[in-house]
Amino acid sequence: MKKPELLVTPTDVAHIEQLAQAGANAVIIGEQRYGLRLAGEFSRQDIIDAMHVARKYGVRVYVAMNALFHNDKVDELSDYVRFLSEQQVDAIVFGDPAVLMTVREVAPHMKLHWNTETTATNWYACNYWGRKGAKRAVLARELNMEEIIDIKKHAEVEIEVQVHGMTCMFQSKRSLIGNYFEYQGKFMEVQQMKYAKGLFLYDKERDNKYPIFEDENGTHIMSPNDICIIDELEDMIDAEIDSFKIDGVLHEPDYITEVTKLYRRAIDLCTENREQYEEEKGELLARIEAIQPKHRPLDTGFFFKETVY
Amino acid sequence: MSISQIIDGKRVIVKKPELLAPAGNLEKLKVAVHYGADAVFIGGQEYGLRSNADNFTLEEMAEGVQFAKKYGAKIYVTTNIYAHNENIPGLEDYLRGLERVGVHGIIVADPLIIETARRVAPKLEVHLSTQQSLTNWKAVQFWKEEGLERVVLARETSAEEIREIKEKVDIEIETFIHGAMCIAYSGRCVLSNHMTARDSNRGGCCQSCRWDYDLYKLEGDQAMALFDENDDPFAMSPKDLNLIQSIPKMIELGIDSLKIEGRMKSIHYVATVVSVYRKVIDAYCADPDNFVIRKEWLDELDKCANRDTAPAFFEGVPGYKEQMFGVHSKKTTYDFVGLVLDYDKQTGIVTLQQRNFFKPGDEVEFFGPEIENFTQVIEKIWDEEGNELDAARHPLQIVRFKVDREVFPYNMMRKGH
Ligand code: SF4
Repeated sequence: MKKPELLVTPTDVAHIEQLAQAGANAVIIGEQRYGLRLAGEFSRQDIIDAMHVARKYGVRVYVAMNALFHNDKVDELSDYVRFLSEQQVDAIVFGDPAVLMTVREVAPHMKLHWNTETTATNWYACNYWGRKGAKRAVLARELNMEEIIDIKKHAEVEIEVQVHGMTCMFQSKRSLIGNYFEYQGKFMEVQQMKYAKGLFLYDKERDNKYPIFEDENGTHIMSPNDICIIDELEDMIDAEIDSFKIDGVLHEPDYITEVTKLYRRAIDLCTENREQYEEEKGELLARIEAIQPKHRPLDTGFFFKETVY
Repeated sequence: MSISQIIDGKRVIVKKPELLAPAGNLEKLKVAVHYGADAVFIGGQEYGLRSNADNFTLEEMAEGVQFAKKYGAKIYVTTNIYAHNENIPGLEDYLRGLERVGVHGIIVADPLIIETARRVAPKLEVHLSTQQSLTNWKAVQFWKEEGLERVVLARETSAEEIREIKEKVDIEIETFIHGAMCIAYSGRCVLSNHMTARDSNRGGCCQSCRWDYDLYKLEGDQAMALFDENDDPFAMSPKDLNLIQSIPKMIELGIDSLKIEGRMKSIHYVATVVSVYRKVIDAYCADPDNFVIRKEWLDELDKCANRDTAPAFFEGVPGYKEQMFGVHSKKTTYDFVGLVLDYDKQTGIVTLQQRNFFKPGDEVEFFGPEIENFTQVIEKIWDEEGNELDAARHPLQIVRFKVDREVFPYNMMRKGH
């Protein structure tokens, strides 16, 4: 039975080794200048080092270039793409067609993954970007299981699905945290608070906490719960989804490593010994619950949810 | 093509941008066109955002297209959802229908709809929706090579960025000039999906960004409040866009279409905003070098505003002054009270459809494309049968009374409060 790739997000170069030992098949890295909401910041030198570690363990490396670019960064894209091509990274993740155009020009053999986070919602769009040069589509998190499996049935590209972690709900170009402090007249605190860690918005009505942070790409607001479907992998494995992603953004490295180990076990069991998986999956879930930070409840995202419009 | 030419020793603008207005129903469409819109965008029964606006049936679209034709105006239909698999059946028929009733083009975000339209309804122009959040010239170049006629830029692009895009890529550019807007990059916000299980990219947005939140910081396991008891809560509600002061710059940049947002807005709003921008564009194009913004235009825009407004990204990244904290909406200063149906020049009696309460003694203002604004104190009011009324109380009631100056069908009557 086909095993999906287990794709994870390291926080730094040293972490890649731990993740590889924990059973990851691929990692996604990059820097916020080009990529969105990464678990760690990887300079060009870090990418070079990451490639060494990854090659040693046979782990694939994907680099995020999925920001929304304004004119000011368009010219430098080719330099970065060329660099990534020289390092022989395994794929570039993009959302903005400017990246696709640049790759066609300077590194036509580079593999591309299409990921806009929210707009990969039907199989036609996935195949469209496939015809434009993408080898993989990363599906929107707001799809349910049935839609995901139906997309996979019709897809001419690889399909990646996030199975664990937080997801982005909102990105604004504005400096919304900084603006709030300025509005309150706390000008001295703006620079320090803007980039502070551990900020969240509290929604009284729903009793939800939404992590919020600012970076070069603007303000990001994240989901109140971490997706976890370690005990619900059968249907997607049977449908031969190509890649399962654990997104560790805003989580500690040890947590990400532990979760990776547990999903490794789940995927192996689910493909090799379905009975054993059925027996053990409850316990795998319980082990994740046990290490879950206090402020991050688990849920199943949109996999089993009805959305209307 | 150059933007301006010297004609008889005077510079005039020869490339006039299209003024594009919203319409939530047939009446609004007619008003927008009558008040000077060069084009109107509307929503159909499916595939558009704003699933709760009263959208057009194909028959209504056909009527709208015919009406617009008389004025030389175009109709575009927003089909800018990000579709899910379940939306695919029916799409071809829908697009064929749009082509059949003669709409000029569609505004689209999803490649599924772009390519399906090309295949089954090739007469439709395809414009890329702002939902794609287009922010750079190279991405614009991509869509040009895909064969699109026009792109709507992200609201996050600045004047300088638009200038560069225009220089580098030869494609029609549409940008927003007025109305409410997302504070997120369009297409990149799923707050409503999470908070209310409604899909914002298929028209289900509940404006969750307009709600209040409390900002905290985690210190270990403790949450520390980053506000005091008396502080306004954290909010990210943007002021509405208003680029009236920037219209001259936009015209000189060669922007092809200037778009007003607001398919949910009233006919009074549409009429007021369209007529003001019509005047600004016409005045600038006729004599750009002696142009000044008149105060009465600004005052006029204010009469239909229900939020504070700001220029947003066109003039640089907006700061806290372009957001609203605490009180979110300001009260409108004027009510729309009546729509002129007819006027008898002999007797000076207007026939008018009531839209809000008014009574003898009230001072009202008339406005419309054929007239200069004027005020009038209402004397006696009669109903259709000639019975005198103590007030015009009933919505859509037909009433008559004396108006000193000539007015025309579709002129509007408003009242301050
Ligand atoms: S919640 Fe606000 S920012 Fe998000 S889609 Fe709705 S209006 Fe736009």
